[in-house]
Amino acid sequence: MIDLQGYGPRLLEGALVTVELAVLSLILAVVLGLLTASAKLSRNRLIHGIGTLYTTLVRGVPDLVLMMLLFYGGQIGINMLTDQLYYAFDIDIFINVDAFVAGVITIGLIFGAYMGETFRGAFQSVEEGQMEAARAYGMSPLLAFRRVRFPLMMRHALPGIGNNWMVLLKTTALVSIIGLTDMVRVAAEATKATHEPFLFMLPVAGIYLLIASLSEWGFAKLSKRYSTGFGEASEWTN
Amino acid sequence: MDQLNAWFTQLLAGNAIFTANTLGFYWNGLVTTVQLVFLCLLLGIVLAVPLAIGRGSKRWWIKWPIYAYTYVFRGTPLLIQLYLVYYGVVFFNGIQDTIFWEVFKDAFYPALMAFTLNTAAYTTEIFRGAIKNTAKGEIEAARAYGMSKGLMMRRIILPSAFRRALPAYGNEVIFMLHASAVASVVTIMDLTGAAYYVYARFYAPFPAFIFVALIYLCLTFSIMFVFRRLEKRLLAHLRPRGA
Repeated sequence: MIDLQGYGPRLLEGALVTVELAVLSLILAVVLGLLTASAKLSRNRLIHGIGTLYTTLVRGVPDLVLMMLLFYGGQIGINMLTDQLYYAFDIDIFINVDAFVAGVITIGLIFGAYMGETFRGAFQSVEEGQMEAARAYGMSPLLAFRRVRFPLMMRHALPGIGNNWMVLLKTTALVSIIGLTDMVRVAAEATKATHEPFLFMLPVAGIYLLIASLSEWGFAKLSKRYSTGFGEASEWTN
Repeated sequence: MDQLNAWFTQLLAGNAIFTANTLGFYWNGLVTTVQLVFLCLLLGIVLAVPLAIGRGSKRWWIKWPIYAYTYVFRGTPLLIQLYLVYYGVVFFNGIQDTIFWEVFKDAFYPALMAFTLNTAAYTTEIFRGAIKNTAKGEIEAARAYGMSKGLMMRRIILPSAFRRALPAYGNEVIFMLHASAVASVVTIMDLTGAAYYVYARFYAPFPAFIFVALIYLCLTFSIMFVFRRLEKRLLAHLRPRGA
């Protein structure tokens, strides 16, 4: 067996942080993505403009720079805000930016923009006839969205969501740079202490590959489910 | 020149952070980032073309190793690859005494190596997809002309595949520009490294990082513009007539 020189448990804890971070940011990204897609499909020019500005800015700047801006700037920004609150209303609060929360918010914000583009394209691919049929059945707008538009949209969105998830998973490695103890950080610390890069980096790379392979399998299953009635699930299998 | 200098000094007057000194840092960072990205993309293409051809080979001992390479390098974070190459070199026993140390003691070359391996993996898959999508008729026509396999690859398949790969490759170029920001973790003073230095020195995250974000935005838009133009020129035959 490989001797991890006592770093084994910490590596596992780090792996758990990576997974938690990735899943939570994915949820945030999907919610933001749906909001962004609706904003970009909106007829209101102001809302449309805000959606476009958000996706353009976020996709034009490196993830790491955004992460540093939000993480290092976030604390100062919040402090300025609470200071204003104190001077104006005499409310004395102190909010400490937690590295994990900052990581989830940053990655969620970044991938919300990518998800927004995915969902926008997918919503546009839903045939209007399907919605007309739903309306003809007397479904309320909410019910029609839940039962007709959303499931049909998901069929087109799933390949894109899958790709975004794979990129998101790899992006979580960057949080190790801003001080969050995920598995990459543990491996980097262990490497510096023991001068054995391959011993720690290769298992971490293996865990990433494992998660990626598992999710590929999961997305293939989901894709099959949402393609019910559309023949082969050929879009995902390449 | 004096006029320009005076204008510049005036512009920077009353500004504690963006002095000529820190702007110099940003400029050097820009040069490093562009060098790093340009070189790794160039080397990446050189590696990716034969790999993409090999990936479509019928022989398993050519096909499978290439597939394993692209799978591993596309499935793991670039940061890990960078750490592996950088620390793998630095902590290699006795490397300090060899001639290679002259090359590798500067973090630039390990980073370049990691980036090249990473982008080559993505580019291989992009080219592979484009080659696979070559129209059957083009290959039949080439065969009817009696072209050998090599000639057909060189004259028919690759030129048309490169054109089809262009949009996806443009995305890869932008992706690489953004991914290059991690070079700053292994002591390289690229754009992000310069921004971090300015942040740490003045404890001013907003000016330091927003300024560098704007530089990256400009670079991204320039790349997008160049690829739009290229696509327009090279894919003109695919557009509907009269448009």
